[in-house]
Amino acid sequence: MTILEDVVRWFTSPAHWSGPDGITTRLLEHVQLSAESVLIGAVIALPIGIVLGHYGRFGAAAINISNVGRAIPSFALLVLAFQIFGLGDAPIIIALTALAIPPMVTNSYVAMREVDPDVKDAARGMGYRELAQVLRVELPLAVPLVMAGVRTSAVQVVATATLAALIAGGGFGRYIIDGLAQFDYTKLMAGAILVAALALATEFSLAAVERLLVPRGIRLLGASAAKRVTFKAA
Amino acid sequence: MTGGLFLDYVDPWINWDWVSRHVSLILTSLLAHVELTVITVAVALVIALPIGVIAQRQPAFRAAALTLFGVFYTIPSIALFALLIPYTGLSTLTGEIGLVAYALLILTRNVIVGLDAVPADVRDAADGMGYRAFARLVRVELPLALPAIFAGVRIATVTTIGLITITAVIGLDSLGQLILTGLTDGVHTPLVVGTVLSVAFAFVADLALAAGERVAVPWARPA
Repeated sequence: MTILEDVVRWFTSPAHWSGPDGITTRLLEHVQLSAESVLIGAVIALPIGIVLGHYGRFGAAAINISNVGRAIPSFALLVLAFQIFGLGDAPIIIALTALAIPPMVTNSYVAMREVDPDVKDAARGMGYRELAQVLRVELPLAVPLVMAGVRTSAVQVVATATLAALIAGGGFGRYIIDGLAQFDYTKLMAGAILVAALALATEFSLAAVERLLVPRGIRLLGASAAKRVTFKAA
Repeated sequence: MTGGLFLDYVDPWINWDWVSRHVSLILTSLLAHVELTVITVAVALVIALPIGVIAQRQPAFRAAALTLFGVFYTIPSIALFALLIPYTGLSTLTGEIGLVAYALLILTRNVIVGLDAVPADVRDAADGMGYRAFARLVRVELPLALPAIFAGVRIATVTTIGLITITAVIGLDSLGQLILTGLTDGVHTPLVVGTVLSVAFAFVADLALAAGERVAVPWARPA
């Protein structure tokens, strides 16, 4: 009997879908921790990146925050938050939020810088006030890259939330960490498949949201997501 | 676990006594971390160069490679390690497969971007001077792509140094093992030492690569 058959059997057993350690509960925990962190992170990061990008100020800082974010291990961030704030969801969310901020700042900064200066001039010439210009001209053009930053952050947060199981958090990471501790390779594999699937689902569902947000004309321009600043934290 | 439970002992963030008693552990962890980093980036670069060169010429292969690596990149490292463990065990190989895979996407993308940026005029001039395809690639195109390749190596290196800490969870030696010790023993010092050294190593490696780039690419000033 191969491990894969065991994993299939694990997934088809109804006992693994319900209860406090069931897939449904763990999924909700994982999504809730991640969503809260990304939302708080977005509220902090996007205005900063957008304002800095609009004025073209502190560009080095906006770019470097991603390099600093890459250098600080997400694992250390989680353990640090745990040692400072103790057990519970709050320390996990604090660590994940800190992790979510850099990619969103950098990508939204780059997104606003990439807006064609001629377009900004034209908006000025048509009499747009600054705020209207940002909201109605620059942001729609910047959406693809801003959203690419949100996607990058979300995927990294989902990935790192897995490690929260090390500091007694819930989520799919429980299966991986418990599977390792118990030498239960079936549980380990099942957890890995669930985590990978959730990360991919996050990426693809946010890409779908992005398609809804991007005006058709801009999509036809083929506005480049190639400028996306990637990030791999966990 | 903030201490304070017993005898009102307050655990300092850095306990120099602990550090002095664990110098050799700290050094072996750092060395293991450096070793994993060097192997990862070197192996990834050796694989990424040919893939990048071929992908830059073949649009279909480019799309396929970038999509495949992109999907791979999205998979959390801990999940990838966990998927490999039943086959390759709690081994360095398990860690390296994952780490190389992630560095590969960054490097391949940058090789392609770098080669894309070679001006068509330069290619024409090289052809006109009688360069054969391979000589043109090695002596004209790749040198011109070096700034982008260096940028990729820098990002891949810093990313790898951060990711390596996670391999502690699958039992590999690295600075991540100190962070994990801080967690399991509930003490601050190993966590702080592991984190600080990991961040410091990332900055030093990045600076060293930037310096290397200045030497290798004197005509382009790195950002």
